[in-house]
Amino acid sequence: MSRTTFELQLVKLQEDILALGSLVQEALLEAMDHLRARDVAASRALVQRDRVIDDKRYAIEADALALIAMQQPMAGDMRMIAASLFIVNELERIGDYAKSLGRVNIRIGDEPLMKPLVDMPRMTEQIDRMLGHSLQAFVARDLDLARAIIREDEIVDDLYDQIYAELMTLIMQDVSKIRQANLLLMAAHNLERAADRCTNICERVIYCVTGKLIDAGWEEDLG
Amino acid sequence: MNNASNGKYAAEAHDLNIYYGSFQAARDINLLIERQKITALIGPSGCGKSTVLRAFNRMNDLIPSARTTGDVHFHGKNIYDRDVDAVEVRRRVGMVFQKPNPFPKSIYENIAWGARVNGFKGNVDDLVEESLRGAALWDEVKDKLRQSGYSLSGGQQQRLCIARAIAIKPDIILMDEPCSALDPIATLRIEELMKALTRQYTIIIVTHNMQQAARVSDYTAFFTVKDDRTGYLEEFGATKEMFTSPQSQVTEDYITGRFG
Repeated sequence: MSRTTFELQLVKLQEDILALGSLVQEALLEAMDHLRARDVAASRALVQRDRVIDDKRYAIEADALALIAMQQPMAGDMRMIAASLFIVNELERIGDYAKSLGRVNIRIGDEPLMKPLVDMPRMTEQIDRMLGHSLQAFVARDLDLARAIIREDEIVDDLYDQIYAELMTLIMQDVSKIRQANLLLMAAHNLERAADRCTNICERVIYCVTGKLIDAGWEEDLG
Repeated sequence: MNNASNGKYAAEAHDLNIYYGSFQAARDINLLIERQKITALIGPSGCGKSTVLRAFNRMNDLIPSARTTGDVHFHGKNIYDRDVDAVEVRRRVGMVFQKPNPFPKSIYENIAWGARVNGFKGNVDDLVEESLRGAALWDEVKDKLRQSGYSLSGGQQQRLCIARAIAIKPDIILMDEPCSALDPIATLRIEELMKALTRQYTIIIVTHNMQQAARVSDYTAFFTVKDDRTGYLEEFGATKEMFTSPQSQVTEDYITGRFG
């Protein structure tokens, strides 16, 4: 016996998650571009657009909950839907971090940047890659890929440490830069959190495939 | 059989093979039934789960062509040993069937009669009340104990049958699709009752309803058939694991409705 209707619903759920993921990736990359280009107007538009991400997340969540109520999923199907509920939450939060980057840009306003942004765009690209790969791992149920992405979080952490050290040094040289340095640090911190959300998605991929709930912070669990 | 009732398992099936004539209905079944827990036997039609259920109280003996090899340990003894009385086994391992089958007698007599036949010497009124309370039926029937058992609804009749089963103080209650003839509300009442009964009894239930197995049981045994159409145990484990992360792909396919 096959469950064609249900299987199509699961495929649609997955496709909706990928679409949400694309919106979030786009928002994150654009937020960084706006900050770099000092385009405050574009940041304002981006902050407004976060609503679209939020609405889509709630729509997917409602669909997933309806599937639970109406199809009584078990085993692998249940794990997939449970993972989906968690993943859309993580995606929405990454969307919020993109919005925060926009707000930082708005708050810096027309002040010139105290330094050209180099490591933060690097961080953003790395997160974009991690996010894309984590969703790819989800769709392909690819354990190895999920585990590899979790390890890549270190790259983002290292970049964050570098940014932190650099901004501290600049503050010490010129206290009048405290406000902007603080805002930039906030932006970097948001990016660092976004990468953590990608590793959370990978943890759910591992759950989806193996049924095991692990905290990727504990490396021995990664096998 | 001795009266020792300690130990983790209420019954143990070892290398159980059951045949109807030349047809093998169950093969190499090993099943440990934990005391005061609910064990659900699930699987597609013809997988041998009801046959295995009946092996626990030698009900298959009543089918002329049936033959059983292997052991079912109960109270430290194999119930298939020659010196074991099948009637005594069935007294200690009660059964509730798919369709409620009250005796054509009053509600009161449905419980008192079986107990009397089994040599009950105590206060019958007390036994009837205690059994009906145990089956969560007392409040509904206490004022009409002399009415026929048939006057009750399907769900009430099934609870009357459960009351009748527990009146003779069995160790284990076997249930063969006890809710398949009941509506959803009556079904949930029986399920709640099953949970309550585990304070005293061990239950083995055959069910076609997977959600029911998931809701009520502590352990689930999944039976299926191989190419030779012989029933075998594919996977057995804690229900929580079976319905979230089954080990076998065959179990996964069945539980998620991909086959069967």
